[in-house]
Amino acid sequence: MVKVFIYPTTSLILSDLVARFGHTPLSAALQIREHIQTPGLESPPLQITPEDPKKGLKWAAVEVPSGVRGRMSLYGPMLEQAEAAIIIHDADFSFGCMGCARTNELIQFLLRKRGIPVLDLRYPRTEEEGIEFVAAIKKFLNELAGGGA
Amino acid sequence: MNLVRIAQLSCGPEYSGVQREINEAARSVDAEIFFPDIRLADIREGFDLFGLDVRSPDLKLAIARARALVEGKIEADAVFIATCFRCAEAAIVRNELRRYIHENSRLPVVSYSFTERTTAGTLLTRMEALTTIARRRALLAREVQEGLTLGVDSGSSTTKAVIMRDNQIIGTGWLPTTAVLKSAEDAIDIALKEAGVKREEIQAIGTTGYGRFLVGEKMHADLIQEELTINSKGAVYLADRQHGPSTVIDIGGMDNKAISVQDGIPGTFTMGGICAGASGRFLEMTAKRLGVDITELGPLALRGMGREVPMNSYCIVFGTQSLVNALAAGSSPEDVAAAACHSVAEQVFEQQLQEVDIKEPVIMVGGTSLIQGLVKAMGDLLQVEVVVPHHSQYIGAVGSALLASGFIKGS
Repeated sequence: MVKVFIYPTTSLILSDLVARFGHTPLSAALQIREHIQTPGLESPPLQITPEDPKKGLKWAAVEVPSGVRGRMSLYGPMLEQAEAAIIIHDADFSFGCMGCARTNELIQFLLRKRGIPVLDLRYPRTEEEGIEFVAAIKKFLNELAGGGA
Repeated sequence: MNLVRIAQLSCGPEYSGVQREINEAARSVDAEIFFPDIRLADIREGFDLFGLDVRSPDLKLAIARARALVEGKIEADAVFIATCFRCAEAAIVRNELRRYIHENSRLPVVSYSFTERTTAGTLLTRMEALTTIARRRALLAREVQEGLTLGVDSGSSTTKAVIMRDNQIIGTGWLPTTAVLKSAEDAIDIALKEAGVKREEIQAIGTTGYGRFLVGEKMHADLIQEELTINSKGAVYLADRQHGPSTVIDIGGMDNKAISVQDGIPGTFTMGGICAGASGRFLEMTAKRLGVDITELGPLALRGMGREVPMNSYCIVFGTQSLVNALAAGSSPEDVAAAACHSVAEQVFEQQLQEVDIKEPVIMVGGTSLIQGLVKAMGDLLQVEVVVPHHSQYIGAVGSALLASGFIKGS
């Protein structure tokens, strides 16, 4: 079982695909759930406090906007755990959406810097492309060490 | 009090840990922040039609929401635009959305670039102004002062009091702010004495400025209102430009305001100043270092050539350092005074005036508008003839006295 970082990290479809093929998806939902369920915090909607952008300094310098650093405080620990990654380019908003383009660029750069296996795919626009899209993800996940199905 | 609904268009506050501060600032002025709900198809359409090809999806969402507000698909009383400080992409969107909403709707709009250190206190005056415009359009439409009223501007540097009777200023008081209440009491006494009236004769009282709540509560004021709307109203009233567009610039002791006004009501405004180097405080320090009274700095600056002295007062410490270096290198006091004025004007121009649409007449108000060198420097930068109305240093107090007359019984 391999920990697979998914991009967009909010994609439930991608998260489900990774889990279905026997691996652990690293997705935003889990990180955000952890934040929301942490008792004692009162900073809705995501329970991110002004302390979190400071934690993000580990991945982005102080001159980087606070929104990027706050996001990195969520995604940074996931990046460090990642053993593989699937990156979907030009995804439709309904598939999964990550709000800040600068954070997205940084995440993709840091993933590649880790030297882990990365699958780059363009978001499918036709049914035929959709079938190829799922097949490519399945093949990638099966080839990862310990892959199932 | 009716709840004002403020639509938030933003990118990043929830990830910066400041959404709570924004909500809190709104709550403290009886307003509610909400995120306009729009369909996915409307996001794509709204973004495409706006024509600004940004990469960040949250900014695309903000654009689509702005379109929905302007087209009346979503109802709101005011708009708050917030994006991360230092994000260039967001800065472009922030400015264009503010302009778009201002030009295409009657919704008051304010924008802000935040860091994780932004607090509800920092946002309070902006939120208060937004809700005032939304809630008190009828009051802000007042063009004539009636009866006998008192206005007090409890500012960060000075406290001003004005007595008005039947559309005339009949008494003024001006003192440095030390103890907030004591300064207000003393300034009022001076104004009452000059006007020749007793306090119990006053029919309505209005307060503004940093100490507005403290002074207002103590005096049982009829109107306690932030300085953005008060100063706009006071500026167009004194300059006799109550109709049509205008731009009001107030370089204060602690922060600066640049307000784009239409028919006496603020449309867009910025408030701030990165450092005291861009405020009246730097000019006070300059006057002190040159050994002249602040009232002499303006005429001195008019006789000097600012370009002869390199000075950038982005920071008050470095600005003062430039000043000391220039004097040590043999620059004349006139040139140094002119350079200081130019430096402050340039900071305000670069940091704040880029965020409002400059429309003539440009009206400068507040104590610093009496420093002629600063007014000239601002006029040179903007390439316009800057208007400084009479009693411009009493702008907040005059605006308060004017609007307070709306509270006189039977008025």
